[in-house]
Amino acid sequence: MNAYDIIVIGGGVVGTSIARELSRYKLRIGLLEKEEELAFGVSKSNSGIIHPGTQNPTDSLKGKLCVQGNKLTRKICKELGVVFKEVGELIVAFDDSGMEELMRLKKEGEELGVPKLEIVDSAWLKKNEPNLSDKAAGALYAPTAGIISPYRFAYDLGENAAKNGVEIHLLTEVQNINLIPENSTAEKYRFEVSTSKGSFRARYLINAAGLFADEISKMAGIDNFKITPRKGEEFLLDKNDEHMTDHLLFPLPTKTSKGVLVIKTSDGNPMIGPTAKEVEDKEDLSTTDEGLEKVLSSVRKMIPTINSNDIIAYFAGLRPASGHDFIVRYEDKVPGLINVAGIQSPGLTAAPAIALMVRDLLKKNGLTLRRKIFFHRHRRKTVHLFAVPLSETEKLVKKDAAYGDIVCRCEMVSAKEVTDAIARGAKTLDGIKFRTRAQAGRCHGGFCTTRLLRILADETGKKVIDITKRGPGSEIVKKDRRDV
Amino acid sequence: MFERELVIVGGGPAGMEAATSAHKSGVRDILLLERDQYLGGILNQCIHPGFGIEHFKEVLTGPEYADRVIKQVTSMPEIEVSLRSFAVHLTKDKVLTFMKPGILENVKAKALIMATGCRERTREMIHIPGTRPAGVFPAGLAQKLINIEGFLPGKEVVIVGSGDIGLIMARRFLLEGAKVKAVIEIQKKSRGLLRNIVQCIDDFDIPMYFSHKVSNIYGRNRVEKVSVIKVDDDFNELADSYFEIECDTVLISVGLIPENELIEMAGVEIDKKTNTPITEEVNKTSIPGLFVCGNSFKVYDIADSVSRDSAIAGELAAEYLRSLK
Repeated sequence: MNAYDIIVIGGGVVGTSIARELSRYKLRIGLLEKEEELAFGVSKSNSGIIHPGTQNPTDSLKGKLCVQGNKLTRKICKELGVVFKEVGELIVAFDDSGMEELMRLKKEGEELGVPKLEIVDSAWLKKNEPNLSDKAAGALYAPTAGIISPYRFAYDLGENAAKNGVEIHLLTEVQNINLIPENSTAEKYRFEVSTSKGSFRARYLINAAGLFADEISKMAGIDNFKITPRKGEEFLLDKNDEHMTDHLLFPLPTKTSKGVLVIKTSDGNPMIGPTAKEVEDKEDLSTTDEGLEKVLSSVRKMIPTINSNDIIAYFAGLRPASGHDFIVRYEDKVPGLINVAGIQSPGLTAAPAIALMVRDLLKKNGLTLRRKIFFHRHRRKTVHLFAVPLSETEKLVKKDAAYGDIVCRCEMVSAKEVTDAIARGAKTLDGIKFRTRAQAGRCHGGFCTTRLLRILADETGKKVIDITKRGPGSEIVKKDRRDV
Repeated sequence: MFERELVIVGGGPAGMEAATSAHKSGVRDILLLERDQYLGGILNQCIHPGFGIEHFKEVLTGPEYADRVIKQVTSMPEIEVSLRSFAVHLTKDKVLTFMKPGILENVKAKALIMATGCRERTREMIHIPGTRPAGVFPAGLAQKLINIEGFLPGKEVVIVGSGDIGLIMARRFLLEGAKVKAVIEIQKKSRGLLRNIVQCIDDFDIPMYFSHKVSNIYGRNRVEKVSVIKVDDDFNELADSYFEIECDTVLISVGLIPENELIEMAGVEIDKKTNTPITEEVNKTSIPGLFVCGNSFKVYDIADSVSRDSAIAGELAAEYLRSLK
């Protein structure tokens, strides 16, 4: 049986952040993820914004963790070689009452400790954001807002955690949790976790199960919150529109969401969205005509020239909401259990701060934390041809011929990047897409899918008919005709 | 960086015809770049007959048509063919950067012909809502999977759009033992060739729905079904006409987009609607000495017309090169 000091349930950006933080210490740590790859749940649909900390109530946990997380993320990105771009954000107002609201948001943000906030007028906007509607009266400018790739961040955190000894178990779905009566074992294991891949024991259990955190908590005996999925549909535009805006654009926030945004992404393609709609089904990732209409009509108030023909992809994600704030707490009634739940926006930004908070909760509740002598803090940066100038590409091609073997023509991804991604853990076509951008461009895999299938088969030893889009049940082809 | 008289990007029927035509017109220094490991382009996956009726006065399959043109190209030693060569950058002075395994090269072309073909319009471009499971394929990708790779992508198929590739794939899936449940076309009539309607759809009794659209795709991991709805002349949905079709595969055959991102990078004026160069004359662009032919110039119905017009690009390039001397 696998026995750990700590089991983290959930391999999204929160679970991997916690696992990586705790891997600094002399602890046996296991991470359980039900999907075939990390970040395949809530994290894969994240917008990739590192928020400055505005638009949060001053007394909220998420406000505090967001401001702290914005600073920590930069440091971790440096250590792990994740690209962080500080693009800044503008919350745009269109009339006098909106300008008053901006003043309130500025004051709230400053109370939370958000640095460098500034109200800018319409003349500033005309100069710095020329495509913005000329009806804009002014904006709250938060220069510390940034963008990263949310899934590459999670993959790199997971990879670094594994390098530091965390054991990651994929396709491992938690089915049941039994509490072990006190003192029945010498090692003081408190939890026996039954999964689709056998049983695990743990002294401490950290529940970072995203949409399913309420169900996991209930299995462990705590039934005091409910996750209500809130769907967000997002629409990606062609890379040619990369410089449509120079900042992240926000409207004034509503009670339940930050509104429909114009998002710069770390890969270049701008994104518009998300919608915000409560749904019942935790697996409802469908997009709708209404969602598209809503996003286009909302965004056109800010950027009137957006062309719906430039949409090259769309998807929906579910925010794992539970009330209005995050839940990060040690459950006294079930000693050893920490719930990390309701991590909706700004969860990506807050994740490193959540990890520190979890560490402190463990320490406070009896876990001895002793630092390892050798902690692998750094990770070699992943090479992406699309992100380097041709002069650099030329050097890479000379160093390794496979960099010159282009697989994905729309996004310029080489065979070398694909085999690297597989070596680092990609097992599915979506896993390759999230890591390398192959299939993420304007032809949507029309040209490169066959080659990717072959590379995946060669590198993993799988048959092509067993290769999936995103895990069991999503096989790409139905039959190998070469056997006939 | 090295210099060449004429560089041609794309080794399908357009690029090959332009190369042989330029050679016949006296050009003796030609570099033909092809990103795949063989010449022929999309013809290689078009194993059905119907090619060559005009150009060779015979009925050929796609690979047979390609083979004839390839033999012409390779019989001319002054045409250097570079395979697995992928063009990544182009300037207005016709400096082209291309990569192949182990090599990144810059070539300054005195004249340049782009014959880069098309890509398929996707499900995303026609905004079909629903989930994003495995089993949604551009029709051309499904064709490549079956005809080149040897895999059957699905067993119960619904085809969206009645473009020629979709019609041909309806028959192809059926011959491979799959069930083709419907072809759904939003227009009142097909945009495909009449012969394809007759030979691929009518002859096999495949249900064809005109003035209908797929309104949603369902399925969590793999496609499970689609919903279909009738539309009026203004494409408004007629609510009580709604029905569902169970299937594991959806093919998208809703048109082609010329691939002209490289010449756009070089500064050629592009018509945003068609993604083709703005020009009055066939194969010409706003940059002198930079020509575009085949499906990247405009979307053709048949390969024979591509060959016919691409020969003109070769002649234009030869004429331009003579004018430089």
